[in-house]
Amino acid sequence: MIAKLFRFKGGVKPDSHKDVSAAAPIRVAPLPSHLIIPLRQSARAMARCLVQPGQTVLKGEMIAAAEGPLCTAVHAPTSGTVRAIAPQPVPHPSGLPAPSIVIDPDGQDRWIERRPFDYSAVPAQETRNYLRDCGVVGLGGAGFPSHVKLGPGEKGIETLILNGAECEPWITCDDRLMRERADMILAGAAIMRHIAGARRILVGIEDNKPQAIESMRAAALKLGEPDIEVVAVPTRYPAGGEKQLIRVLTGIEIPFGKLGTHFGVQCFNVGSAHAVFRAIAHGEPLISRVLTLSGNMAHAGNFEALIGTPIRELLPLAEPRADTDRYLMGGPMMGVALLSLDTPVIKGTNCILAGSPTLFPPPPPEMPCIRCGECAKVCPAELQPFELYWFSRARIFGKAQEYSLFDCIECGCCSYVCPSRIPLVDYFRFAKGEIWAREKEKAAADIARERYELRLAREEREKADKAAKLAAKTEAGRQKAAAALAEVAKPAATPEEDAKKALIAAALERARAQKEQVHPENVSNLTPEQQAEVAAIEERRAEIREMAKPHLRQDD
Amino acid sequence: MNNSPYSLKPASVQSVMLRVLLALLPGIAAYVWFFGAAILVQIALTSIAALAAEAAMLALRGKPMRQFLTDGSALVTAWLIALTFPSIAPWWLTVLGTLLAIIVAKHLYGGLGQNPFNPAMVAFALMIVAYPQLMSQWPAVGATDFAAQLNAIFGARQLDAMTMATPLDALRTVLRDPEQRAAIAGLLGSNATFGNIGGKGWEWVAAGYLAGGLWLIQQRIITWHMPAAFLAALFAVAGIFSLIDATQFAPPLFHLLTGGAMLGAFFIVTDPVSGATTPKGKLIFAAGIALLTWIIRTFGAYPDGIAFAVLLMNIAAPLIDMYTQPPVFGHKRKEEEPR
Repeated sequence: MIAKLFRFKGGVKPDSHKDVSAAAPIRVAPLPSHLIIPLRQSARAMARCLVQPGQTVLKGEMIAAAEGPLCTAVHAPTSGTVRAIAPQPVPHPSGLPAPSIVIDPDGQDRWIERRPFDYSAVPAQETRNYLRDCGVVGLGGAGFPSHVKLGPGEKGIETLILNGAECEPWITCDDRLMRERADMILAGAAIMRHIAGARRILVGIEDNKPQAIESMRAAALKLGEPDIEVVAVPTRYPAGGEKQLIRVLTGIEIPFGKLGTHFGVQCFNVGSAHAVFRAIAHGEPLISRVLTLSGNMAHAGNFEALIGTPIRELLPLAEPRADTDRYLMGGPMMGVALLSLDTPVIKGTNCILAGSPTLFPPPPPEMPCIRCGECAKVCPAELQPFELYWFSRARIFGKAQEYSLFDCIECGCCSYVCPSRIPLVDYFRFAKGEIWAREKEKAAADIARERYELRLAREEREKADKAAKLAAKTEAGRQKAAAALAEVAKPAATPEEDAKKALIAAALERARAQKEQVHPENVSNLTPEQQAEVAAIEERRAEIREMAKPHLRQDD
Repeated sequence: MNNSPYSLKPASVQSVMLRVLLALLPGIAAYVWFFGAAILVQIALTSIAALAAEAAMLALRGKPMRQFLTDGSALVTAWLIALTFPSIAPWWLTVLGTLLAIIVAKHLYGGLGQNPFNPAMVAFALMIVAYPQLMSQWPAVGATDFAAQLNAIFGARQLDAMTMATPLDALRTVLRDPEQRAAIAGLLGSNATFGNIGGKGWEWVAAGYLAGGLWLIQQRIITWHMPAAFLAALFAVAGIFSLIDATQFAPPLFHLLTGGAMLGAFFIVTDPVSGATTPKGKLIFAAGIALLTWIIRTFGAYPDGIAFAVLLMNIAAPLIDMYTQPPVFGHKRKEEEPR
């Protein structure tokens, strides 16, 4: 039993707005007209595509394989045909398109053969690989691969924490999942505990979700497993932040740059545990998730949607009101405004929030900072945001780092309370971005210098080669011309005719020699087969050159 | 396109400043009750001067007029100047002080949020150095004849009838004269000047400021750190010295309830722009002001030392902040390491 809860400093209490959608049971969203499944999963992970346009795929079939340590596999969310593999809009603040697989469903929803995975009979590493190949990632938003987090780490995991806090306003998908599928969540958690070799499971749920707490407690009782405890934590944003929840439940503070495993704890979203359960018990890879459609909508609710469903096709389910002026992916505190409604649902999409000028009024004009310190009072990372603001604004990035800029979790509490309406988090994102860019630039400069030196050496070598070849060819041409001239110089049979012939022959010979010089390729005197082969090779070369063109342009 | 967070708490600089003004009202009411309506005239004068100077400077600096003129910060400065200057000071003295505060101390340093010194205290310090005589003529308790007060502010000054030494001045006079020192206890206990604790009338004004200040803490406009550290440090240092020699040093409660101590504790020391900001820094900053105040009051040439004490500590505020940065989440004591 947990003796007492700990407190994290700071935090705010925005209106929760959860009642708008909390009462709506999870409904399965209809099959969309097409699905867009991005291959890129994070800045450092991009899955390797396994399918080609035109290929038919089954529901749950792996269409891209995990490549690299932080990558997971990608699966077809339904059966159908691969339409294209091309850049598509994705939910990223940059708005840049990313390579994705587009699938046209055939409407039959035919599954691959599904088999439960006997995790108790194999080593944990094999189960982790299985989860990776099932595409299981954290469903709380960040989408970090679950198999990596379940790894042994330095000290092993003693406590597994399930995050059901769901502290962002409006969002209710985890609430509904816990109310409706508590058994599966806890079964998944038990499996994860087995893989990680942990002792106990703590489920943290904000106390504004009494039904979810009750349902999870009942499920824990039913499961009859020891050391599973469902804990109600005080409702205060961002109680669902990983570090904040770990602090509240265990008292452990995980500093920036350290992972839970360093301290023997690891934290998973309840949705992730549910996904683990489905993968292990039913052999179903992660191809759908529950998300909330709320905000400025007439029928807000919770829906189980296929990964890859275009947002545009989901919206009619909740009927956005006419004055909706934007859509957010995520909650109002940390969500990202969608630049395109063709953006698909991804594994981290927990909410689509319709905004309106009345719901999220444009912020009043920014005033100067009066150092009132309200931001420092609410900062859960216990930073001094106004100091970071001065440094970020003045581009004194070294000082900003000294004042722990990178400990900022961008929860938005500081901007939320600032009486001067300064978009503090924006300043911090800017400063972080600049620092990253500078570090990248430095690294890139080092690489570029190396590459430049190599290129110089290569060009030098090629020049020498070319000159040698050219010299050889020219020499050969001269010799031939000389031979022809010698022929001409021979005494003629009929002097006039022969002289004419000889002149023509010499001219031809010269032309030939010249041609050879200009086009020094070994393509004369070939059989038709050889010529055909050469033509084919030339064609391929041209194609490659064409393909390489944009790349070359970028390089220049 | 703005970024997250999209929902914001309804808060504004204007509402902060307005609540500070509201919190001054109980003190002002007591002021009017005991010392007449002259203070209201002064508040009107400084307010008009402050807004005019603010508008002129905003226009010169090309800043959005509406946004900044309505933020209330100039009014807070104006009211504090009115409350720290003698209420029967000539009109040009308070107006000049206000103009200097807004134009020099505030806008020449970059306007709202940029001033390293507390503008109201700059005004007070400059004026008391330039016009020590005029800055020391305080109204007598009960001399509330409004016509006479108006005359003092705007017209010919015949002050003898209506002014009176403030408790701090009276105390100073007594303390300077070795023959009278023995009488200090009696003086403090019963004299008409000294009322019950901190000076007749003044202690009630101080009580009004205390009430307003506590409300500001409840409103989360200020934190408890600065008032508590200031009052505790002033009490401590005065207490220690009055224990050592009660004939030479005034008792601690007198210090707390007289002069600008209570107004300073809740409304002047707590100015966020020019003060320290970290929790520990706030304690050091406010305690430093208290200590300097007591030293200037006791040994200095001026009757009340809060203005100079505040300005001196303003200089030290950035340094204090630098050395008192609180630990960040996860980077604390070793005992927080896993068990």
